[in-house]
Amino acid sequence: MNFASKVQVLLWKEVKSELRTKEMLSAMLVFALLVAVSFGFALEIARDEVTKILPGVIWVTLTFAGILGLNRSFVAERQNDCIYGLMLCPVDRSAIYVAKTLMNLLLMAIVELIAIPMFFIMFNYPLPASLGMLILVLFLGTYSFMVIGTFLSALAASTRISEILLPILMIPMIVPVLICAVQVTGGIFSGDLSGISLYLKLLITFGAIYSGLPFILFDYLLEV
Amino acid sequence: MIVAKGLTKQIGSKRILKGIDLEIEAGDFVTCFGPNGAGKSTTLKILALLSKASSGQLFIDGMDVSKHGDELRKKVGVISHNTFLYDNLTAQENLVFYGKMYEVPHLEKRVEELLEDVGLTYAAADTVRTFSRGMQQRLAIARSLVHDPPILLMDEPYTGLDEMAKGILNSVLKQLSLSKHTVFLITHDFDQGLEQSDQTVILVGGRIVHRCDPKGIGREEFRQLYLKCVEGA
Repeated sequence: MNFASKVQVLLWKEVKSELRTKEMLSAMLVFALLVAVSFGFALEIARDEVTKILPGVIWVTLTFAGILGLNRSFVAERQNDCIYGLMLCPVDRSAIYVAKTLMNLLLMAIVELIAIPMFFIMFNYPLPASLGMLILVLFLGTYSFMVIGTFLSALAASTRISEILLPILMIPMIVPVLICAVQVTGGIFSGDLSGISLYLKLLITFGAIYSGLPFILFDYLLEV
Repeated sequence: MIVAKGLTKQIGSKRILKGIDLEIEAGDFVTCFGPNGAGKSTTLKILALLSKASSGQLFIDGMDVSKHGDELRKKVGVISHNTFLYDNLTAQENLVFYGKMYEVPHLEKRVEELLEDVGLTYAAADTVRTFSRGMQQRLAIARSLVHDPPILLMDEPYTGLDEMAKGILNSVLKQLSLSKHTVFLITHDFDQGLEQSDQTVILVGGRIVHRCDPKGIGREEFRQLYLKCVEGA
């Protein structure tokens, strides 16, 4: 059985467990929708202003919705010491990390699919012309903060203050990703794509760096 | 066969193990006694490849664990006072999950057999969170045996067990002993620990201070010996 098959088995376990409890998805989704509705009613501003603030509102909402999910990501593994059960299995330990990351990405994709149209509805804002670019930047931004977030969530879960520690560790790490994602999204919303290529390249670079680090450090992290 | 040479474990400034030398022949039943904080669970974690020793060497079946970790993990099963079971999955799903991770052939049949062995066939489709402590521990026994490991490591497996679960665990241990599985058991219970042991070790302060063949030694005599070791260390 190769690495991919083991990841598939681990992912099956994650999906089965989440389908039964819906703990992570419900928390993330309710939070994102509440923010969309709250800001939609609270801010009565002209469309030009919406173009400037909506990218930031969307990305901050997605970040905090993601953190809510990540806080629960490794909790099941700490209950009954299940993480030891996984560590006993004859599998490269990075498979555990990959399966968790894929699950978190899947959950975020569902949240984005439902919450982002809600932002457009609540702010009465038209869908941008370059929808493909919006999907690309959503993928790149989400991927970058989920790959590093999953790793940090494993780190934080082994402490007693995991729910406080995770945002403290994570937000400084993802600030560059957030800035780039907001800049690119802003360009897409305003229809001015000329200045976004640098930020897009930076997003890809951060995604690549954040993908590599956990593979090197995850085994050591489980040891600690 | 398990051979440990000079295993030490240091966490921060604290030395938990101070040089463990251990030789367990294939098919042996070894029981480890010791007071709280003696380093028993740390020793077991190292033997189970869950933790790396700070120094020293460990060989299982002649292979160095630092080089053949994945291969050797297939040979080891662990029962602990924690069950390693997922509360939100059913009994059957837990066993299927671990079975797939260990690449167990004919998994469906194996899971059925194990559930029957631990008396949980009737609860196969129930989620673990609805199980009593005894039922969870019985399922944990099945989980540890799903890949039929030749080496079984147990850390206080009797904790919180009802009489039925104790009976099942005892019968599993007898079966394993008869089928020449290697067993390393950590317990505080002299009765359970001495019953089937080929070798006992007493661990105090991160060191093995005594080892003997308990056959021919009465329980009260062993208790006195144990207290002497603990007080003298």
